[in-house]
Amino acid sequence: MITDALKVKIAGVELDNPVIAASGTYGNGECYTDLYPVAAMGAVSCKGLTLEPRLGNPPPRIAETPSGILNSVGLQNVGVRKFADEILPKLEDSGTKIIANVAGATLEDYVKAVEILDTTGVDMIELNISCPNVKEGGAAWGVSAKNASAVTSAVRKATKKPLIVKLTPNVTDITEIAKAVEDAGADSISLINTILGMRIDIKTRRPVLHNNMGGLSGRAVFPIAVRMVHQCYKAVKIPIIGMGGISSWEDAVEMMLAGASAVQVGTAMFTDPLAPIKIIDGLLYYCIENNISSVSELTGKCSDWE
Amino acid sequence: MYFTGSFPIVEKKSLGAEIYSVKIAAPDIAAESTAGQFANVLAPGFTLRRPISICDIDNIEGTVRFVFEVRGEGTKAIANLSAGDTMDVVGPLGNGFDIPEEGRLVLVGGGIGVPPLYRISKLRTRDITAILGFRSYDKIFLDQEFRKNGNNVILCTDDGSVGRKGLVTEPLAEELDKGGVSAVMACGPAPMLRAVADECKKHGVKCQVSLEQRMGCGVGACVVCSCMTVRDGEEFYSRVCKDGPVFDAEEVKF
Repeated sequence: MITDALKVKIAGVELDNPVIAASGTYGNGECYTDLYPVAAMGAVSCKGLTLEPRLGNPPPRIAETPSGILNSVGLQNVGVRKFADEILPKLEDSGTKIIANVAGATLEDYVKAVEILDTTGVDMIELNISCPNVKEGGAAWGVSAKNASAVTSAVRKATKKPLIVKLTPNVTDITEIAKAVEDAGADSISLINTILGMRIDIKTRRPVLHNNMGGLSGRAVFPIAVRMVHQCYKAVKIPIIGMGGISSWEDAVEMMLAGASAVQVGTAMFTDPLAPIKIIDGLLYYCIENNISSVSELTGKCSDWE
Repeated sequence: MYFTGSFPIVEKKSLGAEIYSVKIAAPDIAAESTAGQFANVLAPGFTLRRPISICDIDNIEGTVRFVFEVRGEGTKAIANLSAGDTMDVVGPLGNGFDIPEEGRLVLVGGGIGVPPLYRISKLRTRDITAILGFRSYDKIFLDQEFRKNGNNVILCTDDGSVGRKGLVTEPLAEELDKGGVSAVMACGPAPMLRAVADECKKHGVKCQVSLEQRMGCGVGACVVCSCMTVRDGEEFYSRVCKDGPVFDAEEVKF
């Protein structure tokens, strides 16, 4: 079938297409079904989970920036148990692959949460060591190679499920972290999470976000994401899921050329809720036009200037 | 059920300083819309859509009408659209007002909080009192249309330049004292909503408030448009876009 051209394999899991809904922008798959079925997505990365439920940060949690947004939700979620008991059963038959995104304050929290998910039907686990919007843990795990390695290997022991580690761009050298988590047993890495930013209201002289700082996403960050994915592609052997500002099929092709095996789309849905569908359609058309039998052929095919 | 698409603008009017009325031909959206819902409107050139309340619905024409205020660059870009252009809309979204069939209704609107109440004013020819508050005489809009629908309209201005001088809560208390009110429905600035909710509580009358918050997706996915709510003694953040924008006032922590 012609649509087979879009099939990709990440850590042994076959996706119908390489377009994944990014965690935190797609709820748990229930929000866009009026427009298209969840099954249209290659996979869905669910809203970030923690061991215990979290209230999240006080509003305002969002601010618009040139070609992007800042957010500081602060991991509001129902907790991993309620997710496993009440949300996941509704999702399992949706016809797409389910990625559970997990964050934690302590190593023990990560391990316990992953142990619970290990007994469920989720297809993959995405370890979020890069949330910029929580006081404890979150990105603290992702900014040092030592910590990133420690949490990855602890979680690795707790699950046989394919393990993706989501990296923060708020580091000096992302390839160090990428290599550390690869060595610690990650099956894949996803990047980039949001870039730490801030806006100030000049009338009130207060930060626009109640959390003062927040994570920048959207088109503004796309070139940074492409650069980091490309750097990581040259540094690790495990597959990379590229994200950060992808809003068109052309962006998805570019991200794959940089080294991504699949892509995540998030903020683009706020501008156009049909963005992921348009990207999937565009990728298929691009493959047909260019006689590409598998979209995976694009991965890492950017030839750097000498 | 909500829809997305680019819909033709069939009418655009200015209702005063920085207030615009735009009608789009969108039969599917019109058929699904109820009073108090909103649409997420693309501001050309911007990442985030702007949530705009649905002011009126016409299922014979197949149109939906928005009345909005230019507050910044995004709403300005929307206001720059003209009849003949298309408007990129996701809607209808959120939960609207729960309108009882019996008893008198009191609508309380403050400034740009008036449009979300307008649809209710058309649902009955009697037993609706609309208390509309504006800053001054030159900021008043939609009041004549409420009157045409047969509502008893009480105008208030902060400076007393037209109607009663002062807050909407005074005439609200008088209306509630008369008795027979089955529901109060309010939209406006947070301090006004808090005062309206308090007044209703004092009189033991059910009050619904339509809230505003900075939004992301508009469909419940991103949880950025949170407001603190309380149910059965438990406090939690609700999503204004999906759980609201209309809430039972007793559940909102102002």
